[in-house]
Amino acid sequence: MTYEDLIFDLIKKDDRFIIMTSENRSAMRNITSKIKNNFIDVGIAEQTLIGMSAGLALRGRIPIVHALATFLTMRAFEFIRTDIGIANLSVKIVGAVPGFLSDANGPTHQAIEDVSIMRGIPNVNVFCPADEDDMLQCLPAIFADISPFYIRYNNTKPLIEHSNYEIGKAEVFGEGRDVAILVYGFLFSEAFKAKKILESKGITVRLINIRTPKPVDETAVLKAINECKLVVTLEDHFITGGLFSILAEILLRNKKTANVLPFALMNKWFKPALLNDVLEYEGFTAEKISLAISNRLIADSQ
Amino acid sequence: MLKSKLEELQKSALNVRERIIRMSGNGGCFIGASLSCADIILFLYKEYLNISLNKLTDPKRDYFFLSKGHDVPAMYGTFVEIGWLEEYRLNNHLKTNDYIYWHPNRNIPGVEFHSGSLGHNLSVAMGVAYDCKIKKQKNKIVIMVGDGELNEGSMWEAMLVASAYKLDNLLIVVDRNKFQANMKTEDLIPINPLQKKFEAFGLKAKSINGHNFQEMEKVFSKFPFTKEKPSVVIAETIRGKGLPSIEKRADRWFVNFKEDEIEMLIKELHGSRKTKLKSETIVAR
Repeated sequence: MTYEDLIFDLIKKDDRFIIMTSENRSAMRNITSKIKNNFIDVGIAEQTLIGMSAGLALRGRIPIVHALATFLTMRAFEFIRTDIGIANLSVKIVGAVPGFLSDANGPTHQAIEDVSIMRGIPNVNVFCPADEDDMLQCLPAIFADISPFYIRYNNTKPLIEHSNYEIGKAEVFGEGRDVAILVYGFLFSEAFKAKKILESKGITVRLINIRTPKPVDETAVLKAINECKLVVTLEDHFITGGLFSILAEILLRNKKTANVLPFALMNKWFKPALLNDVLEYEGFTAEKISLAISNRLIADSQ
Repeated sequence: MLKSKLEELQKSALNVRERIIRMSGNGGCFIGASLSCADIILFLYKEYLNISLNKLTDPKRDYFFLSKGHDVPAMYGTFVEIGWLEEYRLNNHLKTNDYIYWHPNRNIPGVEFHSGSLGHNLSVAMGVAYDCKIKKQKNKIVIMVGDGELNEGSMWEAMLVASAYKLDNLLIVVDRNKFQANMKTEDLIPINPLQKKFEAFGLKAKSINGHNFQEMEKVFSKFPFTKEKPSVVIAETIRGKGLPSIEKRADRWFVNFKEDEIEMLIKELHGSRKTKLKSETIVAR
């Protein structure tokens, strides 16, 4: 099962779904000729892509639109906000190569503020799958939901099989009380490996795959805040407006504070390179993450 | 067009213009652009579009998008004229107890989509047109755009796509009043030769006098102008049409008139002499 298979089956079962792209066909290359009128490629025209999707949604269609995450969420931002957000239309907006996944493309292609700006739009929800398996587990529920959704497309190979999904529910691994790692998207795999490393040192870890930063699973996050000595936020996103901010909002709303260690991009774009080299250079490998966490726990205990 | 039909339309147009003028006090409205497209909007709803209030959920009805949203007084004035909106609700203009403000709101039945941000509704209308076309429906998707709105790159981007998808059920009507907010279009960002530009983008365009109902009837009845191409009507209009004291004036874009000025303007609309306007012009959004 791939993303392509999933959307192909979806269209066969329900003609309302319509696949759109602004010439970014990587996620649907093999099905475009088979789905005929349920496929629209507008060329390199993200604003028109979003405007047309709104018109199709007015007709009762459910458009799933695709483009590179940066151009989709930023070139067409005001179209998403105005045509989809204000009207609250059921359009699913799929951003390709978000975060570190743009690897060597350079800052023009680095969508590392996308979660911040998409979740800032009333009515628009945000889904950041951990890997291909997580994406395929969750998408049926998200495509069936009437809300507009921004989806951070992620077809990286999974380390594990993920559990079933319910909208707004995080996936929690372990009940450790030394550290809780909150993560969304592609860095889940590094976090999962970091958990193993930390556990081998006798540190107990709770790993929370946030899945949907909006609506966020506030219950799971609050439980982690109440039970764990250290809370880590891990995201391939600017520090502003992403998971660190979401956590801060939850804390303030609940009149709480917490011991927090954030991993995020601090007010700069990341070094363009092949993905593994980016992780190494920017300090987001499992080894570097786990080392920083264990050092922090030691420092906290002194 | 029958003489009686023409007279009826002319009388209705005066009613619509009166309503626009009344909306130009107590906070004001975009009067210039509302008066320039009033005749076309009235014609479309009364004579051309296959839409009625009790048919809004019918997928085979026609669609009308008002992309240059600041001229919504012309649309609401028309809605009252065709019985879609009760006259008293226009008194709620700019009040929190209703949805009648400077740009269209979908809570007013008949408003297809909100607008206000220019360069949006063309692609939205194209989404509707695409769906109708693949379902082989015969309905018309009509959109009113401003000439100033043609500064927006998204308009031309969308036209390329409309041509590529051969959306010949799409009709773009340009309110060519030759002004944008504060300036004459040709003095700021010239858009002539307009017809050639549309045709270079793969659309078929015709020009009409946008205040002449007989010409409208003749030209709109020929839609689609060419098979497999979107059509464009360039409606040559006059900003502020009907009120010589504000016609073709750059500084009468958005106005907020006093009660006595409004009464004088309504007399002027019905043939009295030009009004001596004292209100300051507001040249800001």
